Amino acid sequence: MTPTSDLPRWADVFLLPLLNLLAALAVCGVIIFFLGENPFNALWVMIKGAFFYSGSLGYTLYYTTNFIFTGLAVAIAFHAMMFNIGGEGQAYIGGLGAGLVALWLGASLPMILVIPLAVFAAALFGAAWGLIPGLLQAYRGSHIVITTIMFNFIAGSIMVWLLVGPLIEQGQQSPQTPKFGDGALVPKLHETAGGLFSFLGNSPLNLSFVLALFCLVGFWILIWRTKLGYEIRTVGQNPEAARYAGINVPKIIVIAMALSGALAGLLAINELLGVQHRVVLNFTSGYGFTGIAVALMGRNHPVGIFLASFLFGAIYQGGAELDFEFQTITRDMALLMQGMIILFSGALAYMFNPWVSRILRRWIKQGEAARV
Amino acid sequence: MTDDKNTDGRTSAHSFALNLAGVSKSFGAVRANHDINLDVLAGSIHGIVGENGAGKSTLMNIIFGLHAPDKGSMHVFGERASIKSSADAISLGLGMVHQHFMLVPNMSVLDNVMLGSEGGYLLSEGREQTLKTLDNLSSAFGMGVDPTAIIEDLPVGIRQRVEIIKAIKGGARVLILDEPTGVLTPGEAQQLFDILRSLRDDGVTILLITHKLDEIMSITDHVSIMRDGEMVAHRETRKTTPQELARLMVGRDVLLSVDKGPANPSDIKLKVSSLGCTSSAGSSLLKNVSFDLRAGEILGVAGVAGNGQTELLEILSGMRKVTTGKFEVLQRVIDKERSLTPEHMRAIGVAHIPEDRHEHGLVLSFEAQENAMLGYHRDPRFGRGSLLDDKEIRDHCVELMTKHDVRPPNPDLHARNFSGGNQQKIVIGREVDQKPEVLLIGQPTRGVDVGAIEFIHRQLIQLRDEGCAILLVSVELEEILSLSDRIMVMNEGEIVGIVDQKTASQEQVGMMMAGVGAEVAA
Repeated sequence: MTPTSDLPRWADVFLLPLLNLLAALAVCGVIIFFLGENPFNALWVMIKGAFFYSGSLGYTLYYTTNFIFTGLAVAIAFHAMMFNIGGEGQAYIGGLGAGLVALWLGASLPMILVIPLAVFAAALFGAAWGLIPGLLQAYRGSHIVITTIMFNFIAGSIMVWLLVGPLIEQGQQSPQTPKFGDGALVPKLHETAGGLFSFLGNSPLNLSFVLALFCLVGFWILIWRTKLGYEIRTVGQNPEAARYAGINVPKIIVIAMALSGALAGLLAINELLGVQHRVVLNFTSGYGFTGIAVALMGRNHPVGIFLASFLFGAIYQGGAELDFEFQTITRDMALLMQGMIILFSGALAYMFNPWVSRILRRWIKQGEAARV
Repeated sequence: MTDDKNTDGRTSAHSFALNLAGVSKSFGAVRANHDINLDVLAGSIHGIVGENGAGKSTLMNIIFGLHAPDKGSMHVFGERASIKSSADAISLGLGMVHQHFMLVPNMSVLDNVMLGSEGGYLLSEGREQTLKTLDNLSSAFGMGVDPTAIIEDLPVGIRQRVEIIKAIKGGARVLILDEPTGVLTPGEAQQLFDILRSLRDDGVTILLITHKLDEIMSITDHVSIMRDGEMVAHRETRKTTPQELARLMVGRDVLLSVDKGPANPSDIKLKVSSLGCTSSAGSSLLKNVSFDLRAGEILGVAGVAGNGQTELLEILSGMRKVTTGKFEVLQRVIDKERSLTPEHMRAIGVAHIPEDRHEHGLVLSFEAQENAMLGYHRDPRFGRGSLLDDKEIRDHCVELMTKHDVRPPNPDLHARNFSGGNQQKIVIGREVDQKPEVLLIGQPTRGVDVGAIEFIHRQLIQLRDEGCAILLVSVELEEILSLSDRIMVMNEGEIVGIVDQKTASQEQVGMMMAGVGAEVAA
């Protein structure tokens, strides 16, 4: 997936993504210009909208939380060279798990018991939804991309059926479950820690953000500090060498897909237990797909995934602000920017590589000449 | 170094097929070719020798237009040439036979030869033309090939012949062959040399790239030696010796033969009884294989690549399941019902150095230290429970690198950045340091430079003398003959015979490799 680059590591990890990002923004700027607006104004409005207005940073971080979960989900599968397109469906089914626990126990048990159980259920249901395509790939050779896409549709259909049927709130028309009991509501960050985070303003940012940070650290430990992570990476980098080493390749593929599904499932904690407080239709709203771009841009590393998630969170939030401020720009601008960033940092990730490496080489040569 | 050049007394009175002057090429910081001068006499066979990584392939790719040189000039038959693509090279009369064949396996010989000169929209004209060419070539140079045969049904030697026909059918006057004998039996190699000689006698200039000194000595007229990206010497072949060539290639004196004492075989460590295996498609890969391997001996498995040696290694190391028969290794019986995974095999003392280190032995994108524990990573010494112990992993790798002379001794370097020989030393070190009772080793010195070959060979002999039972698979007949105590020859998945190294000759083993029984071959 990632072609090898002969750049120094710092340039590969920081400079290139930065250039790609700037190129994407430049293209968007040109489009804004032709819409009749000043692109620099638009950028400034986005930045203010994403960080400076009251509560906006909280919103940005709330979106960031979603992207961390789905980005990590894609990345862990990627380390086993599995292209998991099914984050959307896995998050959706994860929401079913979390929702069932919340509906069942939310009114009767305290938060300290319900939320861990809901987290566990979300991960478990998501894992199951990743596990099945994993099994099909590992033991039957069904291509993971095809099956995970199909499983997104199956998940969508199941959830529609449940939300208009067995799980619908009695006497209501809209396809959603009843509200969760108080024990199943994840506290907002600005309401916790004695107002320590009140500077974030009134926003949907909740304690799921902390869970996401734990997942980032856990991901790093798992992939680079455990034997299982070593096996996952070996299978991803060279399945034949893994077979030679005695690693059970199909088993590792299944485990990686299950872990991937579990991480995607945790999205439901932020969205449902944190914000919606009930299971609603299509609450995943594309976060699963954007997770692919996040993982790609973050180079499947937790630090990169955090930064990419933050960037996408800011664009989500700032893009909404563009819609308010400008008559000619709609909310779709955020989508366009996302698309451009995915295009430049995904499909065209190494477009600038030859130029950058040529310039750097010249610099290094000059530096050597200067020293001599 | 400079006074080594042009000592073969060439004069400008001869006509040259190819002149290179001051050709240089770098890839990033790596200097692949530096200031190369090369003059190739028209109508001669010119050898180019050098260790792996000396820059031979880069040079040929420059000549054939696959790489653009950074500096330098090139003349073809006296004309200044600027070759920017292989199409330019072909139009100038150059032809190349690559190490890995560029044939369409499921098409006929005729269609493959026709490729690139099909003529108009209909194929009939091109076919007729090609048939005529094939006819002419086969009568002129003894290159008979059935035009209707499908490539994938043909033996490797014949496929290579098709490659040569493809290269010269358009009237190529210079033929470049990159390591052409690597996949051939000694008999097939001999046939190839006959063809090359008759081509030369017809005026074709041949550029032969190889690392095998005996080939250089037997077939070339002139030889150029490369080392570290530079052309270090040119020699007239009949005025040089293999010892001199080896010294020039490596830059120091090299022991070409292996120094070893007699073996002291003791207990049977591995007993294979009527072992067989079939591919998933149902074809038989191994048939009725039986032999014993004792502690303290090296049993060499000779054979042309693809005659069941790979499957034998995979079965004995636990990577592949037994279909029929059984084997007994270190008191464990393995058959269709009872199998051990490669991890268990390692645990009981069977180490495996795979034939292809890039495909199996290493993860090229991993650091050396991660590769140094591949297959043993579950061992508690690399970390208790499910965690890995960074320091232990690193220390282990540093120790391995010192002990086995891996250069550079940097555990953080990614495996792909080591030379072939040093990659192989990492793999060998990893397996040998486990003190295995049985060692399965495939192609120990494939793609490894002369200096490292010496080191690896000495290591294997030492291991044998310490009582390890070694099964050595190699397609290099010389390696088998010099290292083994007994030689087992395989052909089409069967054992042709097992002979004693002391009485075996290269000719006898060569004939056995082609399927002739030991008694007849002797």
